Amino acid sequence: MCTMIVNQVAVEGCGKGAGGWFDVRQANVAYDHPFHAPLEHALTIDFVNATLGPSARVAVELTPTAARALVNTILTVLERAESEGFLEEHRG
Amino acid sequence: MQPTNVYQGMLAETIPLTGANSATINAYFARPLGSGPFPGVVLIHHMPGWDEWYFETTRKFAAHGYAALAPNLYARAGHGMPDDVAAKVRAAGGVPDDQAVGDVEGALRFLLSLQYVNGKVGVFGTCSGGRHAYLAACRVQGFAACADLWGGGVVMSAADLTPNRPVAPIDYTASLSCPLLGLFGEEDHSPTPAQVAQHEEALKRCGKQYEFHMYAGAGHGFFYYDRPMYRQAQAVDGWQKVFAFFEKHLRS
Repeated sequence: MCTMIVNQVAVEGCGKGAGGWFDVRQANVAYDHPFHAPLEHALTIDFVNATLGPSARVAVELTPTAARALVNTILTVLERAESEGFLEEHRG
Repeated sequence: MQPTNVYQGMLAETIPLTGANSATINAYFARPLGSGPFPGVVLIHHMPGWDEWYFETTRKFAAHGYAALAPNLYARAGHGMPDDVAAKVRAAGGVPDDQAVGDVEGALRFLLSLQYVNGKVGVFGTCSGGRHAYLAACRVQGFAACADLWGGGVVMSAADLTPNRPVAPIDYTASLSCPLLGLFGEEDHSPTPAQVAQHEEALKRCGKQYEFHMYAGAGHGFFYYDRPMYRQAQAVDGWQKVFAFFEKHLRS
């Protein structure tokens, strides 16, 4: 909240929080003070479901280097899955 | 600290509090036992929320002889562990300035209504709470002293303004209603030393009573003993300055 750098994106999936698995409906991506990581600022991602209250949250706090590596890895994995014919968009 | 033969005790508890738009929020209240009179202090929590450090700091002020009240500015986001609630508020772009100022004003009115408060109330905040403290000291009449510790976003560009934060706090400087203490770190990115200098220039221009201290070897949040930004010597000196400032303006 000091940087005010935050974006939200609607997502579909599940996350495992302190209370067990729940449906994830949104990811909040910020670059701001972390709660736990020993950094002044971190790339934070919160997978949440607002209808279930603030505690329905799966949180990660990453260094910028780690965050970029994560993004690239996700894209690499998806590209391979797609090229091998496994990728199916969810049809809700 | 008191001499070792002086009785000491305090009451610390959560209480309901009337905040902005007459909403009921909750607050953590700590005060010395006894009939007073005690000065009051409103503590405005930082971005990580209404958390353990703020509960401890509220009790610290009570131990120093203040009726100390820390309103939960995130109460409307729901309840849960402080970091979960703060994460929700962060995703929403923070709390609206008008709402924060209204909550702080509610805390001020509560303290001024107490018979054992001496009629003098200060406001203290760190990080986003430092910014809110400055905003409140400018927009609310009745505070006798304000301590802004590394409050980022006092100086804002036009591009930084949002519906929640529509006016840069520095633009309210002419309305600052009480003496101001500012503690900052040279290595901070928000506020930067250049922004602090810009704020100081505005205070001079408006003829305000203030004292700013810029610490070498420190960045943001150098009081937070549980974070890597903690700086022991600077924090000890900073706490001495905070209490000297409030003693001067709230107890004399």
